[in-house]
Amino acid sequence: MDATAHTHDLGHEHPPKGIMRWLTTTNHKDIGTLYLWFSLIMFLSAGSMALMIRAELFEPGLQFFQPDFFNQLTTLHGLLMIFGAIMPAFVGFANWLVPMMIGAPDMAFARMNNWSFWLLPPAALLLLGSFFVPGGAAAAGWTLYPPLSIQMGMGMDMTIFAIHLMGISSIMGSINIITTILNLRAPGMSLMKMPMFVWTWLITAYLLIAVMPVLAGAVTMLLTDRHFGTHFFNPAGGGDPLMYEHIFWFFGHPEVYIMILPAFGIVSQIIPTFARKPLFGYASMVYATASIAILSFTVWAHHMFTVGMPAAGQLFFMYATMLIAVPTGVKVFNWVATMWRGSMTFETPMLFAIAFVCLFTIGGFSGLVLALVPVDIQLHNTYYVVAHFHYVLFSGAAMSIMAGVYFWLPKWTGHMYDERLGKLHFWTTTIAFNITFFPMHFLGLAGMPRRIPDYALQFTTFNQVASVGAFLLGMSQLIFLVVVLKCIRGGKKAPSKPWEGADSLEWTLPSPAPYHSFQTPPVVK
Amino acid sequence: MSENKQGYYVPTPSIWPIVGSLALLSLAIGATLLFNDLKGGLPMLGIGFAILVYMLFGWFGTVIRESESGRYNRQVDTSFRWSMSWFIFSEVMFFSAFFGALFYARVISVPMLATQKLLWPNFVASWPSSGPYLTNAFRPMQAWGIPAINTLILLTSGATLTWAHWGLVKNNRVQLKLGLLVTVLLGLSFVTLQAHEYLHAAFSLSTGVYGCTFFMLTGFHGLHVMLGTTMLIVMLVRSLKGHFTPEHHFAFEAAAWYWHFVDVVWLLLFIFVYWL
Amino acid sequence: MLDKLVARTGGGVALMLASLSARADLQYNLQPPATNVASQIYNLHLMVLWVCLGIFVVVFGAMFYSILRHRKSLGHKAANFHENTLVEITWTVIPFIILMAMAYPASKTVLDMKNTSDADMTIKVTGYQWKWGYHYLGQGVNFFSNLSTPRSEIENLQTKDKHYLLEVDHPMVVPTGEKIKLLITSNDVIHGWYLPAFGIQQDAIPGFVKSVWFKVDEPGTYRGQCAQLCGKDHGFMPIVVKAVSPQDFTKWIQAQKAAVVTYNPNKTYTEAELVQHGAQVYAANCAACHQANGKGIPGAFPALDGDPIVNGPKAVHIETVLNGKGGRMPAWKDQLNDFDIASVITYERNSWGNHTGEAIQPAEVKALRK
Ligand code: HEA
Ligand code: HEA
Ligand code: HEC
Ligand code: CUA
Ligand SMILES: [Cu+2]
Repeated sequence: MDATAHTHDLGHEHPPKGIMRWLTTTNHKDIGTLYLWFSLIMFLSAGSMALMIRAELFEPGLQFFQPDFFNQLTTLHGLLMIFGAIMPAFVGFANWLVPMMIGAPDMAFARMNNWSFWLLPPAALLLLGSFFVPGGAAAAGWTLYPPLSIQMGMGMDMTIFAIHLMGISSIMGSINIITTILNLRAPGMSLMKMPMFVWTWLITAYLLIAVMPVLAGAVTMLLTDRHFGTHFFNPAGGGDPLMYEHIFWFFGHPEVYIMILPAFGIVSQIIPTFARKPLFGYASMVYATASIAILSFTVWAHHMFTVGMPAAGQLFFMYATMLIAVPTGVKVFNWVATMWRGSMTFETPMLFAIAFVCLFTIGGFSGLVLALVPVDIQLHNTYYVVAHFHYVLFSGAAMSIMAGVYFWLPKWTGHMYDERLGKLHFWTTTIAFNITFFPMHFLGLAGMPRRIPDYALQFTTFNQVASVGAFLLGMSQLIFLVVVLKCIRGGKKAPSKPWEGADSLEWTLPSPAPYHSFQTPPVVK
Repeated sequence: MSENKQGYYVPTPSIWPIVGSLALLSLAIGATLLFNDLKGGLPMLGIGFAILVYMLFGWFGTVIRESESGRYNRQVDTSFRWSMSWFIFSEVMFFSAFFGALFYARVISVPMLATQKLLWPNFVASWPSSGPYLTNAFRPMQAWGIPAINTLILLTSGATLTWAHWGLVKNNRVQLKLGLLVTVLLGLSFVTLQAHEYLHAAFSLSTGVYGCTFFMLTGFHGLHVMLGTTMLIVMLVRSLKGHFTPEHHFAFEAAAWYWHFVDVVWLLLFIFVYWL
Repeated sequence: MLDKLVARTGGGVALMLASLSARADLQYNLQPPATNVASQIYNLHLMVLWVCLGIFVVVFGAMFYSILRHRKSLGHKAANFHENTLVEITWTVIPFIILMAMAYPASKTVLDMKNTSDADMTIKVTGYQWKWGYHYLGQGVNFFSNLSTPRSEIENLQTKDKHYLLEVDHPMVVPTGEKIKLLITSNDVIHGWYLPAFGIQQDAIPGFVKSVWFKVDEPGTYRGQCAQLCGKDHGFMPIVVKAVSPQDFTKWIQAQKAAVVTYNPNKTYTEAELVQHGAQVYAANCAACHQANGKGIPGAFPALDGDPIVNGPKAVHIETVLNGKGGRMPAWKDQLNDFDIASVITYERNSWGNHTGEAIQPAEVKALRK
């Protein structure tokens, strides 16, 4: 295996060719690329499921799918978007960028890095394959609440094992990222000099290590309740279905910040670049990120305001949840202050970043509305919640990923992307996104429950608007695919620093970045 | 052993990760088939397990060879330390999920069920409990028999392991090997005693929340003891082969950290599962 | 003070929105509240909405001003400030204060919602896959409430009724002006009893009873749905509450008591009688899973047509229906009486391709009850 390594450790410039290169690679850029492609494929498949959902919901009545299959679509759409599209995309960014930004040659554990990635395709196989087994895929919602999830067929077991695999992958990936950041920084790169993106990932990785094992424990208990006669979630034996909800959301809430903190990081790289002005309040950004992470462990029961807990519990979780608006607000204000009196230009990454700040804040505000217990009791499990989390997840997480892709594509491929198509993608996405999800607020306020395949007549118009928007949104993503493919295959040569205002270390390397980032560590003043 | 000064060590491409993924995929498919009474479950599990063992030998073998050929410098050593600490932290969180379940059942769900007179008119809260519906009486595990002995065994093994470490640092190889050997034997006797306890238990995994929290917590702990013992056996074999130097022996320390972690979990188990 | 302000702006906005929603199904806000708690929620939501809108306008007003003026194409040169402790402290403290102002009225409403003491009447509500059971405690009235929208409307074979999917065979009837306490629980999985106009949403959790209350003043029909994903027919278990005057309510209760169907436990029924009643029981309770044609749903619910249990020994069949099976087939012993069970079993054993020719009598079911 390692015969060549004896001569020169860093010198294997000739990786194996063909498929073996990708199966066995230990290179952070190859692995980053794998993650990003995997994520895009999952985004398109989970997106296609969303389009099937929206097609069924275009009109009242059952048109295309039976209710049971509809629930499978909802469940797998949620699971694949979260675990298949968003999280791997951010890990892909971390792989590509963290070593370059801190001046390291690669990740701390290159082989384990490969394993972290290659656990994902088997997990995806289990999830997608579960559609084809007797009983179909899991249909209990992505939250997999028992006792409903106890009733499912074998698709549920495949989902549980897939979650185990993705959990192992995330934990190994995070250990790798933390170690790389803490131990492999170039001389002079003190913690408080690290780019914001690196900071947000450091904190995200810590969250991941803290909560993924808890999720693994929760689904393991589901598995034994299903097959080995345990009574964790069965009141007949002294258990409680709510116990699952508590354990799940102890994972679940930090999980949503896992999906937004790296997005904050990406945006914090992009805005200063195009405002040609340093990030405002760097230190307070770091502290705000850390506070969000710490607070995120104390708010989980805001997903459970309707289970009937005592008033004291409801009040505590309400106050804690509202508190998160403070550090998040600090971030929003800092971004605006960064733009203030800058010298701005509006290339595609900047457009996405600005839309992110604006639309994420709308999602944050609807989160705040939901944090108020009485209002949440009205709106829990309605489309208002669906609207809230698509504003933070699509226009938050997913659009930050798009911003990041445009921002770093020149560094990754060595070519400039097609600016005209990029802008087209931006405008169609932003407009279609709002057509799709804004009406969902009204649906939720009017009382339309989520996870239903059919609805009462008074919800028709807004559902039709949303469905039309969803198909436009789906089509816009094909433009994205075209831009990326075009950029890989050719285009204007990118200089090492294509953006005038960029200043982190990755822009000191040539474009495309060399196979090994920094063979000799750069010195940071 | 000359230290690699040329900067950071990046290994060459490796097949082990993808082999490992194959192993886990086979295990997942095998378990799904088995649990749903479908054909081919056991063979599939067997295949997965075999691949996994093959992968572990291959992967760790590679790492040991690289380490012994001096390719890991100080920086790599620090990386290993960070990673092992964070790995143990993730294990702590895994156990917290199950401890959380135990505390939730004891403090919240069982007492609350006893107040639901409309549904369970005759249920009285107590611990241990198997819930309002399963009425057959059972005898819970007693703390001051085998569990107490097992506590002693694990505490002693922690001490002998530290003694072995001192031997290694002083370059007293006999003390190292002897210490390791005794620790491994203690670990094995712990597992044996626990197996005995399981075989004679007067209740099962399906005896309500008491049964399931008991067996899941002690069971996962038992698995960790076995894993820790395996690590220590590997360390013993490596010391017999002359591996490790007083300055450079992180593998040994990692195994020791892990062992101490397993130790602490046991103390908590002893207090909260057996005793109180 | 704040309350008044909120109420006033709330009213104004409601008017504005009402004019906007000339089209019946374009509703932009919460449903019109029918209880005091619900109107508190209504106003709270409006207040928070306005505050958030205000912050949004200020923050993004600044941002868009900057986007318009501070651009390179206008020749604007970048400043170089990147810190200002005073400003940073200010925008940490001000949001905090705003949040406290929101939390105060919200907390008051929470305490109000939790106060279930001094109820005039108690109804136990049980969620089943997929219907609601209502039990008027102390009055001896209980019944199930099933979706009454016909299949043909759902499958688009017939035009849909105005109350499509929000209509039931037996609505829950309550008197106006009385404080009514609901004890909510479930028989199988988690359901959610959600009635927007009352400001109530309470999960129905198996094994536990949770209580909520409401007092409604206007007589009328209020509609909601199960809110917690509970399996295949989650979208098809609506909730309908009819509030009537106390006098009408008393009449209704009396009528319910009189209408309890009796059957003769010792009578030997003919196969035809049993099959006729059994067909109704089957359609109301079993067809959801095993389907009207008895073919089930492959992989999820077994076919009863040609099934070995249905064509095998009677006792096994009866016990399966009484006690359920495998955790997924519900136990029916508490929901159906001996006559219902005898009938549905007779129906199953003599329908589709099953021709056992047997008539199961209520007494046989009674004998197997534990
Ligand atoms: C990226 C993901 C993400 C993010 C970042 C958030 C952020 C927040 N979320 Fe959200 N949430 C989800 C993803 C996310 N959420 C998902 C997926 C669900 C549904 C899960 C399911 O059931 O399937 C959910 C559900 C959910 C609920 C439960 C709803 C229900 O089921 O009934 C609640 C309730 O409190 C909530 C609250 C919040 C709050 C208060 C924030 C805050 O962090 C937002 C803070 C931000 C701001 C407030 C805006 C910026 C601030 C300012 C400009 C400062 C000034 C502001 C003020 C003073 C008001 N979320
Ligand atoms: C990051 C996460 C994320 C993202 C990006 C999205 C994206 C979208 N979601 Fe998502 N959604 C969730 C996370 C996400 N969702 C979660 C967690 C749930 C809760 C699940 C649950 O209740 O358990 C949910 C639930 C949910 C519902 C509620 C379902 C229900 O309650 O029954 C709906 C309904 O409209 C919906 C719609 C959409 C739409 C239209 C998009 C669009 O943005 C999608 C855009 C479309 C595409 C990207 C498709 C592009 C592809 C093509 C055009 C086809 C070409 C194909 C190939 C080339 C292969 N989602
Ligand atoms: C919530 C869904 C559901 C409803 C409603 C339901 N069943 Fe079932 N039924 C099932 C499931 C699932 C099984 C299979 C259980 C197993 O094998 O573990 C089953 C099994 C059975 C069987 C045994 C068949 C076999 O071969 O295992 C009979 C008989 C039966 N049901 C009769 C009825 C009758 C009569 C009713 C109505 C009074 C009814 N079922 C309502 C889900 C349901
Ligand atoms: Cu009952 Cu959803
Ligand atoms: Cu949350």
